[in-house]
Amino acid sequence: MSFLSKTAKPETGFESFYGTNIAGSQVATSEMNEEEMPASNAYRYIKDELLMDGTPALNLASFVTTYMEEEAEKLMMENLSKNFIDVEGESACGEIETRCVNIIARLFHAPEENGKCQALGVSTIGSSEAIILSVLAAKRRWQHMRKAAGKPYDKPNLVMNSAVQVCWEKAARYLEVEEKYWYCKDNEFAANPQELIDLVDENTILVCAILGTTYTGQYEDVKEIDRLLGEKNKAEGLSVYIHVDGASGGFVAPFANPDLEWDFRLPHVCSINASGHKYGLTYAGVGWAIWRNKSFLPDDILFTVNYLGSPQVSFTLNFSKSGVHVIGQYYQFLRLGKAGYRNIMTNLTNTSDWLAEKIASIEGSNGVTKFEILGDNLGGSGLPLVAWKLKNKEDYDEYAVARTLRSRGWIVPAYTMAPHAETLKLLRVVVREDFSLQRATTFLRDLLDTIQILDKAPASVHEYQKLVHKEATQAKAEASSKHTDVDDSHSLQGKHGKTHGIC
Amino acid sequence: MALSRHIKPEHLLQESQDKKSHLHALTKTDSNKIVHSYASRYGTAPIPKYHIPSKGTSADSAYQIIHDELSLDGTPLLNLASFVHTYMNPACDKLMHENMSKNLIDQDEYPMTQIIHERCISILADLWHAPSTHQAIGTATTGSSEAIQLGGLAMKRIWQEKRKAAGKSIHEPGPNIVMGANAQVALEKFARYFEVECRLVPISVESKYRLDPKKAMEYVDENTIGVYVILGSTYTGHYEPVKEMSDLLDEYEKKTGIFVPIHVDGASGAFVAPFATPKLEWDFKLPRVVSINTSGHKFGLVYVGVGWIIWRDKAHLPKDLIFELHYLGSVEYSFSLNFSRPAAPIIAQYFNLLHLGFEGYRAIALDDFKNARLLSRALEKSGYFYVLSDIHRSLEGLVNTAKVASGYDQEDIESYQPGLPVVAFRFSDDFQAEYPDIQQKWIQTLLRAKGWIVPNYELAPDLEKVEILRVVVRENMAEALIDKLICDLMEITEDLCKKDSPTHSLDILGHHLTSHRKHQGKMEKGSGTGNTCGDKNSGTYAKAC
Repeated sequence: MSFLSKTAKPETGFESFYGTNIAGSQVATSEMNEEEMPASNAYRYIKDELLMDGTPALNLASFVTTYMEEEAEKLMMENLSKNFIDVEGESACGEIETRCVNIIARLFHAPEENGKCQALGVSTIGSSEAIILSVLAAKRRWQHMRKAAGKPYDKPNLVMNSAVQVCWEKAARYLEVEEKYWYCKDNEFAANPQELIDLVDENTILVCAILGTTYTGQYEDVKEIDRLLGEKNKAEGLSVYIHVDGASGGFVAPFANPDLEWDFRLPHVCSINASGHKYGLTYAGVGWAIWRNKSFLPDDILFTVNYLGSPQVSFTLNFSKSGVHVIGQYYQFLRLGKAGYRNIMTNLTNTSDWLAEKIASIEGSNGVTKFEILGDNLGGSGLPLVAWKLKNKEDYDEYAVARTLRSRGWIVPAYTMAPHAETLKLLRVVVREDFSLQRATTFLRDLLDTIQILDKAPASVHEYQKLVHKEATQAKAEASSKHTDVDDSHSLQGKHGKTHGIC
Repeated sequence: MALSRHIKPEHLLQESQDKKSHLHALTKTDSNKIVHSYASRYGTAPIPKYHIPSKGTSADSAYQIIHDELSLDGTPLLNLASFVHTYMNPACDKLMHENMSKNLIDQDEYPMTQIIHERCISILADLWHAPSTHQAIGTATTGSSEAIQLGGLAMKRIWQEKRKAAGKSIHEPGPNIVMGANAQVALEKFARYFEVECRLVPISVESKYRLDPKKAMEYVDENTIGVYVILGSTYTGHYEPVKEMSDLLDEYEKKTGIFVPIHVDGASGAFVAPFATPKLEWDFKLPRVVSINTSGHKFGLVYVGVGWIIWRDKAHLPKDLIFELHYLGSVEYSFSLNFSRPAAPIIAQYFNLLHLGFEGYRAIALDDFKNARLLSRALEKSGYFYVLSDIHRSLEGLVNTAKVASGYDQEDIESYQPGLPVVAFRFSDDFQAEYPDIQQKWIQTLLRAKGWIVPNYELAPDLEKVEILRVVVRENMAEALIDKLICDLMEITEDLCKKDSPTHSLDILGHHLTSHRKHQGKMEKGSGTGNTCGDKNSGTYAKAC
């Protein structure tokens, strides 16, 4: 229904927004309004509606950057109208991408020959695009190899931990590659290298190693995976390589734990992705994919795009896109340098260690510690995040803790563990750049309060909590009414009820 | 974007730097500690290009350096090569700035952003006459490329399911998709990446440089997952005839029982046709159209970073492509190639839908067309140029109608051939005969020197010998700019005609220089990529869009 149909009085154009007809009627939400409205009114209307969104800084669920310096924001605002792919008009953007790719490739120790870096890379919207591209490249490389050897090439598979981010499932499904999973156990959430490599066979196009699972933040032992894969390749005459999903860890490990070998220093790592918008410290909208050298990017998936007579090579799923995020990424490289990133990552690691220690030592009224920390991320050996669960059986569960924290403004996700360990519920706090020790202290205070409240609450409150949780889950599903009958039997979610950590 | 690899054009600069200690000789100051941007370290020292510097710099300096470097970019306003929108109302700029740190996919945290996303889908489904806006289903994408690939993927999966159900092979022979040779690169990418045979229908002058539906039928068979019909060829702006294609496929279905769906690539046109020519039949009114994509950042009038795809109903989006994600207290459904992404462009799209309304969008579209007609007529009247686009030509048959006799309204958009507000032109035959040695691409270079970006490129395969210049008349290409562009074009062309003019010799030099510069920072020529795919396999050339 158009708001105009309710017009009660002619407008003069001088009313305060709240005196206009728009403020006094419902705006059409499923069809266009017939007539225009002043820009300032449209602004106010949308701004007010967006007040319902959460506060990004209090969102401890997400890895995605929520703070950038004003200077960076200004730079990004100035360039909002620039189209990244338009090299003729916007050639400086392309130059900046080249620099970023070089900087990142070197950060990941891309091999050099004759002083020349052999790596290739590309900016993406995020790690999902980067991962789909990497799987596509690996699939095509494998197909060519099999064709050349006169062997069948219709059953490619991917070997990975079932704790992977959903984009790996997507990549496999959309590109028609079989998924071979290593499943989490109740006490083991990072892939066991030997068991992972045992899944590899002649049809394996790629082994995925996760640098920082989204569940517990642990780094998988890429070095050991690499060693075992090398042995297997040799023994069975295979040519299988590793892709490191460094969505979060790619920009943490090089600074917080520079001696950890997980990148191109290992001979079987063929490609790496990292999200610029996570610990790369840029706003949502930029990821990176880097390949070891050109032999891992078959020619037939590259497109030469003829821009105004100058051919240029393209390998992306998106075409026109905003250039501001790549600019923001370069700003951070220039602004922070290694020292700046190291300072930030060190702070985050310390805050995360501190928080883990404090949470582990929280005691109930009976003097027994309440929580158990999951994974081992201390001292930069994993992502700066804290995942924990209730140690003992209580009248309430992790969902109730999350819900109570939420009433104080904190968004802390509670979820179940990856398939085969899904009876495990956990809570997770991601320590991002803007989560200072002071903020962590405030959070801890609220967590302590939460526990006290829940401990004292009568049973009826807990019953109520469970009911609310159940109804909220159902209500959300129904709210997305357009899809309620989705048949999800194909995914890990459908088969195992896998929940996904927000990232 | 472009695949990049290490380059070393800076050796010369490195060797030419002053050799000195880090301290200024006289004052013994440390340039790291100077606050003023231009006097700080990077005033004279080379900026880090390929390594992350070990020490950072102040926010001011970092801002200033990058800001200055980016000022070498062309002016978005004068970039007539691109369909991508470059202006938004300052109120919307402000809104986008406020929401810059929001992540679209984080539905649990940003529920209102999600509701706004849903509203945009409903509004577009309604605009495109989906049988029921409650049944239609869709998603925002980063741009039309992602949307087209999702559309293709859905059609492929439906075809596979049908084949499997009929007990037929999905591999021998595999699936194919039919499209005009004028297709944008994303359409072809879909075919290549998702292993569908790409059947390009040749174009001709008679087919108006775009898909010829009758010819397309020769390429359709039982393994055709669908036909991509482009509403607004990026080459010349001609709409491909969706209705005619649909009718022919109806006949085909009657004869053979095979249902071949249509996906309309309305990257540009889906935000033009509903407003400028609402009577044109191209959308979900035709039952065969199963999905439509568009770019919010073209005639949706939003900054770059938003596209849309809508399926007419759930039945045309196979369930097994959708992923159900369970988060804290919420269930989400996802079908996309990107995951985390900025929410600001979606908010901006809603701002425009609300701010402009139908009338606003229509007024802008009509202005675009009026200015495009002005440019087209002026070019043709000069005698130097022939205009390939047809939006300034009246509908066939209209000339003899009573309307003309009574002096028909030249401003009436309905009396012209529908298309995108794009002007594609080339040297007229007479001009070419008279000045055979003048190359059309020189115009591009000379216009660039004046600040205009007007691309000169070859038409799609089969007509690749024809070179065209193309101007996209966007909202901000107002009459004043058309006026200036015409003046500059005439001046340049006339200068070129004079054999003794400096323009002639200067240009040859200029063109040489630009083509040399472009290879910097890109993958080296002949590094095995360009030759194999671009020239041999790939039929189409992408245009800036």
